[in-house]
Amino acid sequence: MTGWIRQHVSAFRLAWRRLLRAGGLASALVIGIAVSLPAGGYALLESLRSLAGGATLEPQISLFLRPDAKRADADALGRTLRADRRVAGVRFIPREDALKQMATVDGMSEVIASLGRNPLPDAFVVTSRESSIEPLAADLAKLPGVVHVQADSAWAKRLGALERLGRLGLALLAALLGAGLVAVTFNTIRLQILTQREEIEVSKLIGATDAFVRRPFYYLGMLQGAAGGGFALAIVAGLLAALNSELRPLAASYGSDFRFAFLPASASLGVLALAGGLGWLGAHLSVSRHLRNIEPR
Amino acid sequence: MVSFSAVAKRYPGGKSALESVSFALEAGEMAFLTGRSGAGKSTLLKLIPAIERPTSGAVIVNGQNVGALKRGAIPYLRRNIGLVFQDQKLLYDRSVYDNVMLPLAFSGQPPQEAAKRVRAALDKVGLLAREKSNPIELSGGEQQRLAIARAVVNRPALLVADEPTANLDAESAARVVDIFVAFHQVGVTVLIATHDQSLIQRYGKRVLHLADGKLA
Repeated sequence: MTGWIRQHVSAFRLAWRRLLRAGGLASALVIGIAVSLPAGGYALLESLRSLAGGATLEPQISLFLRPDAKRADADALGRTLRADRRVAGVRFIPREDALKQMATVDGMSEVIASLGRNPLPDAFVVTSRESSIEPLAADLAKLPGVVHVQADSAWAKRLGALERLGRLGLALLAALLGAGLVAVTFNTIRLQILTQREEIEVSKLIGATDAFVRRPFYYLGMLQGAAGGGFALAIVAGLLAALNSELRPLAASYGSDFRFAFLPASASLGVLALAGGLGWLGAHLSVSRHLRNIEPR
Repeated sequence: MVSFSAVAKRYPGGKSALESVSFALEAGEMAFLTGRSGAGKSTLLKLIPAIERPTSGAVIVNGQNVGALKRGAIPYLRRNIGLVFQDQKLLYDRSVYDNVMLPLAFSGQPPQEAAKRVRAALDKVGLLAREKSNPIELSGGEQQRLAIARAVVNRPALLVADEPTANLDAESAARVVDIFVAFHQVGVTVLIATHDQSLIQRYGKRVLHLADGKLA
């Protein structure tokens, strides 16, 4: 058992030395650049999502009453709305207030003055307790005195769709570059096997098992992949820092302290583990393909 | 220790290297295998560590039928056989010491025990002072002795050498064979292929003569 551990430790050390020596770090850097694209994209997406989440995503429904509705009708409607258990809050906007608010918009005051009378109806802004607001909006549209209902869920839906699109794009990119990682490792290990050909032959001749011969190559593939993952995280951190230093004055002008956040620890570990795992896979494919044919003659 | 019964080896393409070879080498015995180039000496030696498999007949080494061994069992067979080649098959990217260490790396020996064995093996072939050198700095005879040190570091019961003195001057050759004789004297079974008649006569050991793939 201790002999077995000793063999693994020495294979790991050997792989580590080869990684540092035989252009392994250059390959790891190539891997790192490739992996940094999906990893960086993920960090950006997550930051933007938290930004969108900070905005009022509370689903709102606007109810517009008949223009000739009496104030008493509006009050009665307001009581009905507050009685509905699905409703979180109700805000009444009298038509006079709506007109005043509109007049504050540049250039609108003349337009309003030329109208002679207030064309705006009374309105209610209803916030919902439920995430899906369509059923509530449909019910509210049936209430007496209500002529128009506007549920502003469309933009939230679009944002959600955009986010899903972004995630899908990142997933496809990650799959593609993951395959690239496997290919790079496959080739590194192939070259390494060619370089070590004599040593492999001699080792087999004097009693090395296949497992003993393969072990350092597996470790090399895994280490190179993980080193690539490490480079990727460093690249992402550098890029985000650069973006953030440009972003800070811009965000401040909007009164926001928004900045792009680095990947959370679990995702960072995930990048390292996945890159290491794909490196292992590349080594496995290469070793299976190239090592079996090297037999002493 | 080694027994061949009616062993034949034909290579793909129909070339016959060995035809019905039978002999037995007792434990602790030492023998020379002679014959002209192309007589089948190398083929016969390669059958012992399963580098080649017999086409027919049985090769028994240490009680194991080598021809029928599974691929996975071959490394363990080879660890019990010390192999020495005409072209030494040393690794020139590492020191003399590390070349001898190589077989011990497979078996996962404790480092101190391994170091002791490596030094003991180098001492026996007279290369202890050169442990830090690169094999390329050694003379032909020294390289061959280094190959012997690597072959014996696992303390095998059987030593097999293919033309170990082929490229050496008489003095170096005698020194190499003396080392084999020393191992034979402590109970190791030794089989050496050579075409050097003067060596064979000098040591007076058993001789297996191979001609056209048959033992004479």
